[in-house]
Amino acid sequence: MALVSRSSSAAAALLRPLSSAAANVSGIRHVTTDTTPITIETSVPFTAHNCEPPSRSVSTTTAELLTFFRQMSLMRRMEIAADSLYKSKLIRGFCHLYDGQEAVAVGMEAAITKSDCIITAYRDHCTFLCRGGTLLEVFAELMGRQAGCSKGKGGSMHFYRKKAGFYGGHGIVGAQVPLGCGLAFAQKYSKDETVTFALYGDGAANQGQLFEALNISALWDLPAILVCENNHYGMGTAEWRAAKSPAYYKRGDYVPGLKVDGMDALAVKQACKFAKEHALKNGPLILEMDTYRYHGHSMSDPGSTYRTRDEISGIRQERDPIERVRKLLLSLDVANEKELKDIEKEVRKEVDEAIAQAKESPMPEPSELFTNIYVKGLGAEAFGADRKEVRVILP
Amino acid sequence: MLGIVRRKVCAKGLPVTVPGETLRFFRPVVHALRNYSSAAKELTVREALNSALDEEMSADPKVFLMGEEVGEYQGAYKISKGLLDKYGPDRVLDTPITEAGFTGIGVGAAYYGLKPVVEFMTFNFSMQAIDHIINSAAKSNYMSAGQINVPIVFRGPNGAAAGVGAQHSQCYAAWYASCPGLKVLSPYSSEDARGLLKAAIRDPDPVVFLENELLYGESFPVSAEALDSSFCLPIGKAKIEREGKDVTITAFSKMVGHALKAADILAKDGISAEVINLRSIRPLDRATINASVRKTNRLVTVEEGFPQHGVGAEICTSVVEESFGYLDAPVERIAGADVPMPYAANLERMAVPQVEDIVRAAKRACYRSVPLAAAA
Repeated sequence: MALVSRSSSAAAALLRPLSSAAANVSGIRHVTTDTTPITIETSVPFTAHNCEPPSRSVSTTTAELLTFFRQMSLMRRMEIAADSLYKSKLIRGFCHLYDGQEAVAVGMEAAITKSDCIITAYRDHCTFLCRGGTLLEVFAELMGRQAGCSKGKGGSMHFYRKKAGFYGGHGIVGAQVPLGCGLAFAQKYSKDETVTFALYGDGAANQGQLFEALNISALWDLPAILVCENNHYGMGTAEWRAAKSPAYYKRGDYVPGLKVDGMDALAVKQACKFAKEHALKNGPLILEMDTYRYHGHSMSDPGSTYRTRDEISGIRQERDPIERVRKLLLSLDVANEKELKDIEKEVRKEVDEAIAQAKESPMPEPSELFTNIYVKGLGAEAFGADRKEVRVILP
Repeated sequence: MLGIVRRKVCAKGLPVTVPGETLRFFRPVVHALRNYSSAAKELTVREALNSALDEEMSADPKVFLMGEEVGEYQGAYKISKGLLDKYGPDRVLDTPITEAGFTGIGVGAAYYGLKPVVEFMTFNFSMQAIDHIINSAAKSNYMSAGQINVPIVFRGPNGAAAGVGAQHSQCYAAWYASCPGLKVLSPYSSEDARGLLKAAIRDPDPVVFLENELLYGESFPVSAEALDSSFCLPIGKAKIEREGKDVTITAFSKMVGHALKAADILAKDGISAEVINLRSIRPLDRATINASVRKTNRLVTVEEGFPQHGVGAEICTSVVEESFGYLDAPVERIAGADVPMPYAANLERMAVPQVEDIVRAAKRACYRSVPLAAAA
C-alpha cells in the first residue's frame, strides 16, 4: 500500500469541494483532478548498482494518476480482447500479450517526450498505444487489415510509429537492443539531447549482442537506456534456469543499474526520469523492471505448465498495477468506486468499437504484396510464386 | 587524386599489391607503354573507393563510417585512409571486434535517419551480423509499410584473397542477392568502384557492397566524368565491357578481369566473346543479359563463389525462362569449386576459376574443343 504524503503547498488540494453540487441529470459526478503537484512514495525503494538511487518520493498529480488508471485499463481491455480475437482465429500467427506489464509502458511514457525513442521486442501492442497509436491501428494490424499501423503487412510483432519515436516491434530476441543503441548514437550525433529506451526481456538479457552494444554505448557515451522487463520467464524457462546471475540490473558491470518495482507506474516514472537525466550526462544505464505477465509467453502458451496458478493469482491480488492506482485514487478521493468502474466501462466500449471498425477495414490490395520492398525500386522486377503469371516492375 | 601511378608487381603468376608506396615497375608484358593523354587518368580501386567515401561524406553530414580499424589504422586495407583526419572521430568510428553489436548499432542509426557506411573487414565476418543485415535492415521498410527505411551501406572485401584459407575466402553474393529488400552491388573497375559506391551511399535502401581485396591495388583509366564529385552509376544496370557476337560471358568483380583475358584468347581462335560486367547482383540486369544472349545465342556465367544455388544458376534460369528459343547450346557455368577453400597454392588454384576454365567453357558452348584449322 503506497504511503501518501502531501506537500504543504498542495494543502489547498485537501479542501477540494465535492462537485456533486454540479450534479447533472444522469447523476454522474465528474471526477475531480488537477495538476497541483503531490508526492507519493513508491511501494519499495530502488536498488542501485554503481550509482545513487533516486528518491522514493515521486512527484505526480491527480490528473496524471487518473491518466495512468485510464490508460492501463485501456491496455488491459485491449489485450484481453486480442486474446478473444485470437481464439476466434481473427488474429493469426504470433500474439504476445502484455497484460500485467502495463505500468512499465505508462510510467515510461510519463517521464519522457515523443522526441525520445523507444524500441522493444514483440510484446509491443501497449507500448505502441502509449506512443500515440490508436486502438483501430492495433486491432486492424492484428487482423491484417489496411487500417493497421503497418497496413496489415507487419502483424503483431511489427508495430511502428516513427513520428512519435517508436521504432518497433522486433521479432528476433535481443536484436532490438543494438538497434536501440544505434538510435541513441544517432540522437547524440544529431545533438538532439534526447535518449533511447531499448526494452528487452529476461530471456533476451543473456544475448551476446546486448553486451556488445552495451560496451560500445559505454565507450562512446551514448544516451542509451537498456530496460529489462523482467517478467521472470523467458517463454517457459524461469530466470534462474537461464541466467547464472538473474540480477539483470547488475549485468552491465561497469554500466550502472537500477532495480525497479515494475508493477508500480510511479516507480517506473521516477526511474525513467532518473535514467534520462543520467544518460544525457553519463552514457548508458540499465533499468530492471520487476514485472509479470498474466498470459503465457504467447497465445500458443497456456502459461501454466511452468508456473503455478497460485503464483499468477497471487501477483494479481498483491501487485496488479491497475489495482494499485485504483487504491491510490480512492484513498486520495480523486474518484469513487463507481466512477472508476465507469471509466472501465467507457474503455471497454472504446475497445469494442475499435474492434468493430477494424473488422470493417478491408484486407490489403493484392498489389500491396509488392510495395515497400524498397524506397526506390529502380524499375527492378519482382516475381510471384509463378513468375510467368505474376511479374511486377518496382517503381 | 594522388597522381601516383601504382603498378601491380607480378610474382609467380599471383598478383601482389603493394599499397601505400610509390613504386615504378615496368610490367613484363607485351603492352608496356600506355599513352597518357590529358583525359585518361588512372586510379586504383583503392583510390576510387577512398575518393567516393570522401566526397559523399563531404556532401552529406549524415554519412559516417564505422568498422574495425577504419580510423586510426587508416583502414585494414587502407580504403579509409585520411578520412579520420579529415572528418574526425565523430564521423569515422573505430569499433571493437563485435560485428553483431556494431552492425545493429549502424542499422539503428539508419532507422533514425543517419546514413551509415558499415565496413566489414571481410564479408566472412558479416555472418556474425547477418541477422541485422537481413531481419533488421532488409525487411524493415516492408514490415513497417514504408515507415522505417534503412539508408545503410554494408561494404568490405568479398570472396577469395590469396592463401587465406577456408574461413576467409567465401563469396556472399548469392546469399545476399537472394534477399528482397537488399540491393547488392559488386564493382570491378575503378570507375565501377567510384560510381557504384556513391550511388550506394545515396540510395535510401540497404546496400551490400561487395569489393575484392585483390582488386584494391589494380589501376584503371577513369574518365574526367567519373572523377567528378557528382558522378554516379545507376544501380541495377550491367555494363557491356566488351562487345562480341559469338558467346556471352557474364561475370562480376575480379572475374570480369578473367573474362576479359579469356575473351582475348578466344578472339585468337576466331570466337568473339561479349563480356558483361554485372555490377549489380540485385537487382540483376536480366534485360541486358537476355538481349546479349539473344544476339550471341550462347552463354557462359562466371563467378567465384560456390556453384550450388549461385549467381550463375539464377542467370541461367533467367535466360532459359525468357530466351530459351535463342539458345544454340546449353548454358555453361564456371564457378568456384564445391569445396571449402584450401590453403596449398596448387589446390587453391583449382578451387577458384582460372582464365583457361572460362576459355574452355566458351569453346564448349561454341562446340569447339579443338582450335579451328583456318578462319572461315
